[in-house]
Amino acid sequence: MKHDLIILGGGPAGLAAAIAAYDAGVRDLLIVERDRELGGILNQCIHNGFGLHTFSEELTGPEYAARFIEGVRERNIPYVLNTMALHVSPEKAVTLLSRTDGLQTVSAKAIILAMGCRERSRGALNIPGYRPAGIYSAGTAQRLVNIEGFLPGREIVILGSGDIGLIMARRLTLEGAKVKVVAELMPYSGGLKRNIVQCLDDYGIPLKLSHTVVDIRGRKRVEGVTIAAVDAQNKPIPGTEEEYACDTLLLSCGLIPENELSREMGVSINPVTNGPVVNESLETSVPGVFAAGNVLHVHDLVDFVSEEAAAAGRAAAAYLENGETARREIPVRFEGGVRYTVPSTIDPALVRDALTVRFRVGSVMKNRIVSVWMDGERVQKKRRQIMAPGEMEEVRLTREQFDAHPGLDDLLIRVEEA
Amino acid sequence: MYDVLIIGAGVTGCAVARWLSRYDARICVVEKEEDVCCGTSKANSAIVHAGFDARHGTRMAELNVRGSEMMEALSKELDFAYDRIGSLVVCLNEEDRPRLNALYENGVQNGVKGLAVIEREELVALEPNVSDKAVAALWAPTGAIICPFEMTLAFAENAAENGAAFFFDTEVRALERMDAGWRVETSNGVLEAKAIVNAAGVYADVLHNLVCEKKIHITPRRGDYCLLDHAAAGYVRHTVFQLPGKRGKGVLVSPTVHGNVIIGPTAIDVMDREGTNTTAEGIAELMQKAGLSMKNPPLKQTITSFSGLRAHEDGHEFLIGESVPDFFDCAGIESPGLSSAPAIGECTADLIAKRYGFSEKSNFKATRKGITDPKTLSPEAWNELIRREPAYGQIICRCESVTEGEILEAIRRPLGARSLDGIKRRTRAGMGRCQAGFCSPRVMEILARERNVPLSSITKNGRGSELIVGTAKDAYAEANDEA
Repeated sequence: MKHDLIILGGGPAGLAAAIAAYDAGVRDLLIVERDRELGGILNQCIHNGFGLHTFSEELTGPEYAARFIEGVRERNIPYVLNTMALHVSPEKAVTLLSRTDGLQTVSAKAIILAMGCRERSRGALNIPGYRPAGIYSAGTAQRLVNIEGFLPGREIVILGSGDIGLIMARRLTLEGAKVKVVAELMPYSGGLKRNIVQCLDDYGIPLKLSHTVVDIRGRKRVEGVTIAAVDAQNKPIPGTEEEYACDTLLLSCGLIPENELSREMGVSINPVTNGPVVNESLETSVPGVFAAGNVLHVHDLVDFVSEEAAAAGRAAAAYLENGETARREIPVRFEGGVRYTVPSTIDPALVRDALTVRFRVGSVMKNRIVSVWMDGERVQKKRRQIMAPGEMEEVRLTREQFDAHPGLDDLLIRVEEA
Repeated sequence: MYDVLIIGAGVTGCAVARWLSRYDARICVVEKEEDVCCGTSKANSAIVHAGFDARHGTRMAELNVRGSEMMEALSKELDFAYDRIGSLVVCLNEEDRPRLNALYENGVQNGVKGLAVIEREELVALEPNVSDKAVAALWAPTGAIICPFEMTLAFAENAAENGAAFFFDTEVRALERMDAGWRVETSNGVLEAKAIVNAAGVYADVLHNLVCEKKIHITPRRGDYCLLDHAAAGYVRHTVFQLPGKRGKGVLVSPTVHGNVIIGPTAIDVMDREGTNTTAEGIAELMQKAGLSMKNPPLKQTITSFSGLRAHEDGHEFLIGESVPDFFDCAGIESPGLSSAPAIGECTADLIAKRYGFSEKSNFKATRKGITDPKTLSPEAWNELIRREPAYGQIICRCESVTEGEILEAIRRPLGARSLDGIKRRTRAGMGRCQAGFCSPRVMEILARERNVPLSSITKNGRGSELIVGTAKDAYAEANDEA
């Protein structure tokens, strides 16, 4: 079997990419989804707040997903469910497994990686203590509560203030559990400000910054955890331990892009994002392989995932039409506390009307200016009252700016003190 | 009345059961946990020691070498993962060379085949990431890696198939001498047996001391481990040891049969026989010591850390034999207990058979087939399997590519899995990089469906470890009822 385009993942990124690729003329495409329905993790995100940027209205996760699923159905874009991509070769041969079609190899001329991410586990965090039942990643608990209707515990401590953890603090409270505290290792939250207000403050749930879990008690089921303050090196400070009786520890300590297939096919990975290194077309180091959404870098808002994935879909369509083209790439340089940018490189000739460059900073910063420099000239700046690692930033580079700098070979994004 | 009652379904108890099941005798195994392989047998280095460490002349040395020699053929007979990758004991400075040579001499005396002291150049060729300080190493080509869960399960399943009964959630509370044999009081009723085998791991001294004048003392010696992701595979090719010290064989770095890297153990004596909690100090020690023999271990790839307890007997020797009439000890089985298990099973079974005049069965089935791993099949054979049973085409555990078919097999086979951990040990579902984040709700669902029980009764590892505590908003319903 052969397809022009295979999209790995039927979550928000995969759906938006498929629709955009179709609308750009691609007709022979296939979405591969490992779960039993399209929509990905949005299906368990039953809270609202999705779609403000895309649709100018507030939707729940399933409602947001439904709009894109509808778009896929209207266009008759083919998809397979309950289907796992086991391998992808550098030549873009995809090995698929499902109970209905068995094991089969499908080759593609182009691939869009949209596999999403996974949660960092207790093991990866090296939290000491016992290993009883009752330790869940926030997303697993979210699935149990929102999809299956079960309560994973009644007295909850949450480690990590990522958005899923904050959302789950509110959800579990509403479902009748007592959330005793949210502990965050860093001196700032990894989640959105609005989630801290709406999910913790509104329910009187304390957030303890610069705190971590130093012990888990209970041999069969969690009986309690110990939380301690940490110093500037994130080491627990002796004497600050506090015991919390609880039956559940929820972890919301970061998301890791799922790039095992990408690595297998030889895609270069950015060690900062754990996602593929991409150019302005969101094309990875393997020509014809594109990436978007949380597999590329972890987003805060699904609206930006959709936007990014649509760009990847259009780029894949262009690749299918034009094949590999000669490129003159320049790196996107960054300074002043920026941790990474997506994309990492740009061919100015290939930017159409505008290009959005997304990035995150490494610490909380106040009163800053984000500026863009082209060949030593500042071409734009914007004032930012506060910048935080939990909030993704972006700058929009226009065609005019590139046109004003022919032969551009130095592009810099800098965060400066205002 | 059973002929033989074995206490403990760890690797030792299951090995004794397996070799005893060759004889015409009524045997049973009682286990306080809900499954086989729940104690020391599940949390160790997962290796077969070549047999050069244990002091020449000890039971430990004899049984280790014999166990190691039996292992390859046994892995084929009972279908468990075994890979003879060889081991290296790295010597980090010239002053330690006499100790390396002494280890070599001891190994030769023990009858370990193929041992050689190799110099740095050869060592680096074998193990490119070895420490820059390494000057030489003891090379043991018979060192191997295995899956301890699968081996223990293989022994147990094979024993069960040959007639041995297993009682889980059955803790021994008292042993009473009768005119002929023993009355065994358990948490699950009374059993009677002519002979008892004490394979109770870290509790073996407690049981021994119930009935024997000459007391023994076992210290639970905790070992912390880190397990690294498949992405770290290739970092190390052999089991790499440091020169052994007083408190054991030090921290090793080794591939596992499943393509991970394991680092450990520490050696921390604890009071608590259930004290398998990791500690920050233990993990920190591990991280520091891992870097002694190997360069820049990729500790960032850690997917889990855990700890196990070795049953360290004061004399650091296996205590095997009839300690009082009709009471057979397999006590003090610490490292190299896993490597020695087949030999311990064989010699204990033979001893008991001879003592009671058991005759060999004519219909003993020596082989056992493990759970189908479709990943090892050709694409054609996998597709044929899916045509017969579509569940082999449904991935449940993404990280380890475990299909629903394998999970169903794990539940349906003899001594089938009843918990999430039971599924994990049999199939690896949940053992990968996401640590069951994605697959646990799916596996819980399959377990509930297959066993026809409510999801609320599904546990991580037996009673008391239920995974969910109720349904959403049930607290309000209860509050309303009360009002």
